[in-house]
Amino acid sequence: MKARIPYVIAAVCAAALLAGCGEQPQVGKYEQGKYAGKTDTRPWEGGTFKGDKGAWEQAERNRVRAQNEYKRVE
Amino acid sequence: MARMKFLCDAERCIECNGCVTACKNEHEVPWGVNRRRVVTINDGVPGERSMSVACMHCSDAPCIAVCPTNVIYQTEEGVVLHDKDGCIGCGYCFYACPFGAPQFPNGPAAFGARGKMDKCTFCAGGPEENGSQAEFDKYGRNRLAEGKLPLCAEMCSTKALLAGDATEISDIFRDRVLRRGKGVEAWGWMTAYGKDKEGAK
Repeated sequence: MKARIPYVIAAVCAAALLAGCGEQPQVGKYEQGKYAGKTDTRPWEGGTFKGDKGAWEQAERNRVRAQNEYKRVE
Repeated sequence: MARMKFLCDAERCIECNGCVTACKNEHEVPWGVNRRRVVTINDGVPGERSMSVACMHCSDAPCIAVCPTNVIYQTEEGVVLHDKDGCIGCGYCFYACPFGAPQFPNGPAAFGARGKMDKCTFCAGGPEENGSQAEFDKYGRNRLAEGKLPLCAEMCSTKALLAGDATEISDIFRDRVLRRGKGVEAWGWMTAYGKDKEGAK
């Protein structure tokens, strides 16, 4: 029994030392907050586009592409 | 439709503050609140660079994560908006935002009444009926619902500030970089003023 004691102590010490090598995630995990405000209408819902999502997307695309002046002057 | 984003080309921005003025005028933003501002690095030194900064409409927005009343949300198009009715003016979003986008009518004071948070809406209004007076009073004009883009970008004289679908504006920027060549030699301060000091004498 006495002969085992140094081995047990060594094993405990090794375990304690190696515990410092453990890598725990240090960054908090982002969780999507549950929105508690009023519901919003989408851009294509309402006056101008009357629910026509395709027309809205096309209008936006045209506007975005118009920002490329190389294409505008060619 | 993918994600709506802003992209500012530092090689083109001339610090005219047209975007800031356009935003303030379009939304009738109160005194002391700047939804957009122009930041200049190495101001006055040859090679200075300016950048127009507002809410970046982050994909994983820290303001949404920290809002204690959960009134900040992201639309399908990736625009980060908030419900002013539920805002308690705590200022957590201001501390969390890496760009200083959330603004308060009474300034970023540590104590005292801040008022409700105000920030860039990507000209997409807020949780009120599209184009209504209530929406305008609280959040400004909803240009997105009119099929338009944010006025700051559409107003930009040098087209340094681009707004719209992330993939589309990336394509515009990529095309631009390919055409103008690389580095400061192709565009910007050095081309205009200081390329060859010896030759200018």
